[in-house]
Amino acid sequence: MSGVLNVIEAGPGVSLQDLGRSGYLGLGLSTGGAADRDALLQGQALFNQTEDAMALELAGLGGRFGFSQPTRFALTGAHMSLELNDEPVPANTTLYARAGDVLKIGPARQGMYAYLHVAGGFDGPKVLGGGGFHGIAKLGGRVAAGDQIAFLSDPNPGSSPQKLSPEQTGSAPIRIMEGPQTALFSDETKSRFQQTEFKRGHRGNRQGVALEQDEAGFATEGQLTLVSDFIAVGDIQMTGDGQPYVLLADCQTLGGYPRIGTVLPSDLSRIAQSTPGETFTFHFVDASEAEADWSSPEERRKHFASKMTPAMRDPREMADLLSYNLISRPIED
Amino acid sequence: MSSFGDHIEPEFCPLGADGILVRFSRVISDQANRLAVTMRNQIETKTIAGVVETAASLTSVFVRFRPDQTTRSDVEAALRQLIEDWANIENETGTLRRWTIPVSFGGDNGPDLSSVASDVGIAEDAVADEVCDTSLRVLALGFAPGQPYLGFLPDKWNIPRQSGVTAEVPAGAVVVAVRQIIPFANPSPTGWRQIGRTAFRCFDTERLQPILLQAGDEVQFVPTSADQLQSLETAPDGLGGAICEIVS
Repeated sequence: MSGVLNVIEAGPGVSLQDLGRSGYLGLGLSTGGAADRDALLQGQALFNQTEDAMALELAGLGGRFGFSQPTRFALTGAHMSLELNDEPVPANTTLYARAGDVLKIGPARQGMYAYLHVAGGFDGPKVLGGGGFHGIAKLGGRVAAGDQIAFLSDPNPGSSPQKLSPEQTGSAPIRIMEGPQTALFSDETKSRFQQTEFKRGHRGNRQGVALEQDEAGFATEGQLTLVSDFIAVGDIQMTGDGQPYVLLADCQTLGGYPRIGTVLPSDLSRIAQSTPGETFTFHFVDASEAEADWSSPEERRKHFASKMTPAMRDPREMADLLSYNLISRPIED
Repeated sequence: MSSFGDHIEPEFCPLGADGILVRFSRVISDQANRLAVTMRNQIETKTIAGVVETAASLTSVFVRFRPDQTTRSDVEAALRQLIEDWANIENETGTLRRWTIPVSFGGDNGPDLSSVASDVGIAEDAVADEVCDTSLRVLALGFAPGQPYLGFLPDKWNIPRQSGVTAEVPAGAVVVAVRQIIPFANPSPTGWRQIGRTAFRCFDTERLQPILLQAGDEVQFVPTSADQLQSLETAPDGLGGAICEIVS
């Protein structure tokens, strides 16, 4: 039986997200979708979901959520504390909620975007092939306190708990590849760009994040006469003052500012998950390395699925213990 | 449209790990735009293994491929072959659609009309005539879903964007700059100048087809009164009195 998640309290940046709407670039719609696609795919792996399964994206702040029906659930992405009925429970682990249970999610201690998944996926209307909120296209809606979000029933409620240990992201330089405007930047500017340590600025959202540094900007010759052209997610755009802005899921489709390069897809989660003050350096790699690094959502989901392990938990710390099917499943739904 | 000839040498640039941009010009140009739209339509009629999306912008074509199904170099080779074969294409294939879209010019609907008239060097009451006498083409859709860049107005309309940005123009605002016209999809800040307003909504998720225009479509504006515009706005289809004909 399907159910609803009652949003009791929520921060301002909560929305339903999936992998976005692809195929509409020529119509002016960027793909959008989860700001951290890997974190969404991790949840899809934990519950063996299909590509279109939606999760609840939480930006920086958590909230309180009530379950109307029993379901397994999990939180992936940014590190946020989790309490089920006031008892701490772990993230990146499939957990069990009973009807009436309340999940409290604390603010992010590390990272920006967390994803609350339910085993059957959230349900909602689809427009242009996607169900998620898209900022500049004004598609879908933000989720706010008082909302009830429908979810599909847990297809496999008795399956044993699984966990997925997040991979260490490290501090290696972020890999970028050349793009259509890279040649407009002088060799000196490109080399200085790779030697500069950037700080993630305070301005940032699903469209992109600002990077800051104290030296001169990274301008090109004649950048004001450029014709607008296609943008790729991960493009590093230089605004008028030559300060970089990394474009994320909800970016515009065409832009007139030159882009020095494009962040490789598998390094983009680090930018999306960065918080103000975090530092980065960038390093150019060949387009061939970027091509080799690319993987489809299916491959990526399989990769995460291969990293799952049974969740061995101390029964004394299991707030959801009573919900587990220890002998025979009680008929609840 | 006549043959494109055999001296087309676009640039091939990577755009993301799974994308190729075929760029016909680095500056706005009518010919480059026609090439881009035609090439995109040509690719769509063919099957190139591993290619999953194509799109035309003002002067370029974007081709997205699946690196797990093909390689960048194979897709590039297929695209180069397609351009070589072009020497034999005499006419653009496919149908041409012509839209007629009512616009109310000036007054509250076009607060910048007099400054535009003065920069273009024509009388205020000639603005609507010149715009409506020009057969415009959808050069590209972008910035917001379904929102067209229309061009090109006569040379004297090569007026700059404003140095300051207008905080917000309403949905349907018809704005001009650099020989182009955009009917805005959503309320938006802009550096372009508003000469009129239309009740045509280029993006409406309530419609069966949320996005109606496509690159290459012809657009002809027709003048309408402010009162008439108000009544067109009440129509639930968001078409604002627009008509679409298939002309070839």
